[in-house]
Amino acid sequence: MLQGWIQIAVFVAVLVALIKPVGIYMARVFTNQRVFLSPVVGPIERLAYRVLRVRPDAEGQDWKAYARSVIVFSLFSWLALYLILRTQGIQPFNPEGFHSGPWDLSFNTASSFVTNTNWQYYGGETTLTYFAQMAGLTVQNFVSAAVGIAVVVALIRGIVARSGRELGNFWQDLVRILLYVLVPISIVGALFLVSQGVIQNLSDTSLVHTLSGGTQLIGQGPVASQEAIKELGTNGGGFFNVNSSFPLENPSGLTNFVEMLLILIVPASLTYAYGRMVGSQRQGWAIFSAMFALFVVGVVVVYMAEQHGTVAQHAAGLHTHAFDGSTGGNMEGKEQRFGVAGSSLWTAVTTVTSCGAVNAAFESLTGLGQAVPFANLSFSEVVFGGVGTGLYSMLLYVLLAVFIGGLMVGRTPEYLGKKIQAREIKLVSLGVLVTPLAVLLSSGIASATELGKRSLYAGVNPQGFSETLYAYLSQANNNGSALAGYTGFIQPNAPGNAGAYGISFADLLGGAVMVGARFLPILFVLGVAGALAGKKASPAGLGTMRTDNPTFVFLLIGIVILVGALTFFPALLLGPVVQSLTTRLF
Amino acid sequence: MKRDLRTGLIAIVVMTVFLGLVYPLAITGISQVVFPGNADGSLVKVDGRVVGSKLIGQEFKGGAYFHSRPSATGYSGNVTFFGNVAPNSVGAREEVREYMKEYLQLEKPFDKSLSSEDVPVDAVTHSASGVDPHISQANARIQAHRIAAVRKLPLAQVEDLISAHTDGRSLGLLGEPGVNVLELNLALDKEAPVE
Repeated sequence: MLQGWIQIAVFVAVLVALIKPVGIYMARVFTNQRVFLSPVVGPIERLAYRVLRVRPDAEGQDWKAYARSVIVFSLFSWLALYLILRTQGIQPFNPEGFHSGPWDLSFNTASSFVTNTNWQYYGGETTLTYFAQMAGLTVQNFVSAAVGIAVVVALIRGIVARSGRELGNFWQDLVRILLYVLVPISIVGALFLVSQGVIQNLSDTSLVHTLSGGTQLIGQGPVASQEAIKELGTNGGGFFNVNSSFPLENPSGLTNFVEMLLILIVPASLTYAYGRMVGSQRQGWAIFSAMFALFVVGVVVVYMAEQHGTVAQHAAGLHTHAFDGSTGGNMEGKEQRFGVAGSSLWTAVTTVTSCGAVNAAFESLTGLGQAVPFANLSFSEVVFGGVGTGLYSMLLYVLLAVFIGGLMVGRTPEYLGKKIQAREIKLVSLGVLVTPLAVLLSSGIASATELGKRSLYAGVNPQGFSETLYAYLSQANNNGSALAGYTGFIQPNAPGNAGAYGISFADLLGGAVMVGARFLPILFVLGVAGALAGKKASPAGLGTMRTDNPTFVFLLIGIVILVGALTFFPALLLGPVVQSLTTRLF
Repeated sequence: MKRDLRTGLIAIVVMTVFLGLVYPLAITGISQVVFPGNADGSLVKVDGRVVGSKLIGQEFKGGAYFHSRPSATGYSGNVTFFGNVAPNSVGAREEVREYMKEYLQLEKPFDKSLSSEDVPVDAVTHSASGVDPHISQANARIQAHRIAAVRKLPLAQVEDLISAHTDGRSLGLLGEPGVNVLELNLALDKEAPVE
């Protein structure tokens, strides 16, 4: 286990070391300053504004205009993706001659990728053309991530602005985030991944003749170019159904490490960029510390739980201790090259962020191991969270903490000199509550009616309940990981879509939950930004509650846990908690 | 509003072209030139015939080969899914029991001291991908007894081959060591072919 802890420690150290340089770089991008890529990217950026017909510096948007642009762009994104998913039969780059899947599945998939969720009821390699993977999914991997970052940048501008109502220009933010952050890192990342063995081609499936005299088909495709942005944009939808556990998506311990870094680098560094933009690095570190503490606890719990092995394995007489040449632990649904440590760390990384890419089967995690992803999603993805979404959701919790803390000590709630008043706190409450509400309503309906039963794999037992709850937790939080037995799509003749059909209830409810739980909070966040933008900031005095010291960090962690626990604890009891406490088999 | 509609429409079209076609196709072009073997799936050829990918595990049958980890997908490289075995399920217990029984039945005749306590976890659990190319070193060392007997090789030689085809941790640090089963079996066929 020591070796595993060392790997985890090295990962954390490298991540923390990268936060400052990446944070500074991103802050410069967000505030329209020159960066080292400007000589190369600048001309492309100016061309983009001409093509889009925007004059960015002359066209600042207030929160309503900013929100309108976000919604309009996302609507077009949805329509474009749905169109692509429905016209597979006539597309180029379709060596296997796939046809379109069913309409309800396409609804779910389009909603999934436009909302940065990348929940997958479909299997990529058995249902989608390379054209749809590239022009549909890869594009949304980029732009849905950029939209999330743009919204948090707008919120930060609202927090900072001392006068006026403008939050910047959405189109300019979109272009700059793509050109200066997401695309360059993805290009480097994709080429690195290919150099390590990730595939990148347009070939048909390969037929090989195995040594034992059989045959094996091996999937191909433009994987690396999607893999890089899938991690970087905390998207998470695998080119292959088994996602980053597939060796052609994630071939070694090194690629595993780099892919995890790609997942966390933007959400973690945004806290540094935040500190810089609000003019106090301590504010950024305070938020980072709260996130980091919750992250570390998750990693420790999941690793120890997985190293222990499962109840069923022990009941079968399997010895799950480590010995020379064997990692021991729960290796069900895990890959040898990552081992228990590499899979456990990934599990925490992908669920604290809203990435949702997996390198091990979540359904086969131990009871307590499963509880960690559940808990991370129950915190509404504020522990680093998705690119942009994580920080803006956490900032809602910060405002909530300021408000509650202020009431407790009898001081006027203020954040960075701005009074937090009724309007802000109403919007904050709505923003904090809409996602849990969506989860509990949808998973409640799915569990309580016959409609949800068809999607179950584990049957009517604690694991089956976990499948349902996790499905809606994951979709509402725009994460996308799954206890993958749960399904909304039946594919009897894979590969291709012949004879395949969707489970309309699961597809439509899931799609609606993803869209609602993405865009309603965005509107509330931009509303908060708008409400804060016009406010005068008063200098901090003796009566001001500090938001950059350990006391506040503890308060913030407490509020996050309190809201998450109070909302979800009864539901969590029925699934992961039962399974981690009992040695009974179901 | 009208301006938003126009800009939004142009934006999604332009981005689809550049991020959805130019970017992946450019990466494909560069990869095909700079890393041709990797980009095409690290396929392994023997006498001009493709026998597998060094990154994709395959099913090995019979006594003369090292066996891969159990697969929930029949070692499919193009239709992948998780085994989705639940941690507290009766089915999981039965499956592990069954895999342990098969494993011991196959290996125990060649290694009399082998008992259920010695069975490494990777040998009786499904991999995530269904095509894990590796087995643990402990798993390989157990199977080595059978290979040595069937192929009439000294055990030490088989163990040397295992070491030679063990992929260590990346940079000596990241991940876990694993024995690449296809490469090891290919090496066996080369050094001590079975008639």
